[in-house]
Amino acid sequence: MASRAQRMPTSLRIASSLFVLLWFVLAAFPFLWTVWGSFKVELDFFSIADWTNALTGARTEAVYGSPFTTTGYEGAWIQEEFWRNVLNTGIVCFFVVTISLTIGTLGGYALSRSSYNYTFWLLITALIFRAMPPITLVSGYLLPFFEWNIWGILPTTIIVLVAINQPFTLWMLHSFFKNIPSELDESAKVDGCNQFQAFRRVIIPVMWPGVITTGLFSFLLAYNDFAVGAMLLSESNRTMVPAIAAFLGTTQTEGNVMFAVAAVVSATVPLFILVMFFQRQIVGGLTAGAVKG
Amino acid sequence: MRHKTFLWFFLPTGLAMLLFIAMPIVSVVIQSIFAPHPAVLLEVENCTPLIGCTTETTIDQQATAALREAQPLGRFVGLGIYFDRGHLAIQEISQMWAANESWGGFFSDLSNLPFYRAMAFTLTFTFIVTPLTILLGLVIALAVNSLHRHLKGLMIFFSLLPMIVTPLIGSLILFWMIDSRGVIGNALVYLAGDPNFSLKASTGLMWVALMVYGVWSSAPFAFVVFYAGLQTLPQDQIEAAQIDGATRWQQVKFVVVPHLMPLVTFVALIQLMDNFKVFEPIIGFSAQAHAQSLSTFIFDDLGGETRQLSSAAATSVMTIIGVAILLSPVLVRTWRDFKGAR
Repeated sequence: MASRAQRMPTSLRIASSLFVLLWFVLAAFPFLWTVWGSFKVELDFFSIADWTNALTGARTEAVYGSPFTTTGYEGAWIQEEFWRNVLNTGIVCFFVVTISLTIGTLGGYALSRSSYNYTFWLLITALIFRAMPPITLVSGYLLPFFEWNIWGILPTTIIVLVAINQPFTLWMLHSFFKNIPSELDESAKVDGCNQFQAFRRVIIPVMWPGVITTGLFSFLLAYNDFAVGAMLLSESNRTMVPAIAAFLGTTQTEGNVMFAVAAVVSATVPLFILVMFFQRQIVGGLTAGAVKG
Repeated sequence: MRHKTFLWFFLPTGLAMLLFIAMPIVSVVIQSIFAPHPAVLLEVENCTPLIGCTTETTIDQQATAALREAQPLGRFVGLGIYFDRGHLAIQEISQMWAANESWGGFFSDLSNLPFYRAMAFTLTFTFIVTPLTILLGLVIALAVNSLHRHLKGLMIFFSLLPMIVTPLIGSLILFWMIDSRGVIGNALVYLAGDPNFSLKASTGLMWVALMVYGVWSSAPFAFVVFYAGLQTLPQDQIEAAQIDGATRWQQVKFVVVPHLMPLVTFVALIQLMDNFKVFEPIIGFSAQAHAQSLSTFIFDDLGGETRQLSSAAATSVMTIIGVAILLSPVLVRTWRDFKGAR
């Protein structure tokens, strides 16, 4: 592979390896540190006396007889009922991904198979919508939602998130369907299918890789949303991220920061698993837009 | 595809975007030119023998309710909200302009106005974080690309984490570490040699911390895109450059970077859009006292007991205009691509 001329000089090789190591520490250390610290008491995780306490858990041992404790998790999940928020996030993510993929696939397919001028304008509008911060729309939602009495419930948030998701989904699936040769559905139409039958019998069987990649990003958007959930959900219907933000306000005064730390770690675990299993699709999705220019 | 078929395919997604993106924009614009009704005041004169008369001002609840019922949007104020002290502050600016001899004095007065402070932070953040992200992403991509095959996958896995993790959660994790009792905060106290040293006390350091978070969380995106670009690097050009005696640095400068240039523009445009939205880190760092972005400015107006919808709407409209300006180069490029593709 690499010829001798391309081999790096030793000094550069060392510098490059050190840099990779530095980046590795920067990227991974905060997560490892927080996971480790979430099993400690607050005085260890935020230690004034000696920072090594966070590693050894000296105070935790003094209180609980072991350097690890799950009180943070118990406090968050049982006392503060974080499981409700986890459940809500599960519901929101499931419906957002399903609905937005269903309608996005139809729309993206249509955009990729039509060459009229309006497809361009629709795509441009979607691009502008994608660039707008979601919070700018929220003040437009509040009055009508109060008026119709649909503020604070999960279905409203799901529909709003589906809509906010659409521009990205459309762009992603549009460029994906462009790569499926249109001869496929043309020939199905020659054989007597109408457009929808051609879509169902010929395109659906081959579209799954693109749909899965798009679905991953839809899931991330719904899972990571803070602005919409914090503004449009009532306290009992909150999803995880707004709940964690609300935790901070209430727990800091009670000295229960560890509840928030435990909740943060709990909310990171699904993302960890997601990256582990779908690394290839995520990388593919990130670069898909770029390589196409 | 025929128009009618297209319509049926596009209808569900189009309807969703129309109802929940386009209509809210219209609603936001309308809200921004109406102010809520002030309460109707009643003056009542109370006269008691020996003490004398006092006038008392009370809110006429009935009349206020009736007025709100008759005109639910509020009273029309035109662009009044845009120009008031909380936003563009035209009056205050002209006063400052008259009062200040030097630019420095003018700008320091300007930074007392909340909207301009938010604008200044948003723009500084956008235009400092974007180039740093691209630079860091490029260096990581070059370094990882020279690694052994087995290590590459592992590095990509861990590199993705800062980007994939929820922005609010990522910023909280960093915030707890830079807390003066956290591990990085402790190290900083040690380095500064001042036991009372705290990042949270200084506006400048808080800005730096927010930007460090910004680079940390978006460098992975730049890295992944550039890394993918490096896989398609033309080997013959590299060899030709080597035969011509190019040093390693020259190869990077004259072959690799030009090859990645389209990707650099792509990353730059996406990052400009995303950094302009900067929101969660400020909430996560509880930094509202030191730094406000346009998004947190809207968020603070909407939250709390008194929802200031009109004020939030005016800021929203100006943010959307800002996004449109930032986006105009992309729009022009997409138009050219579209024309070329047909």
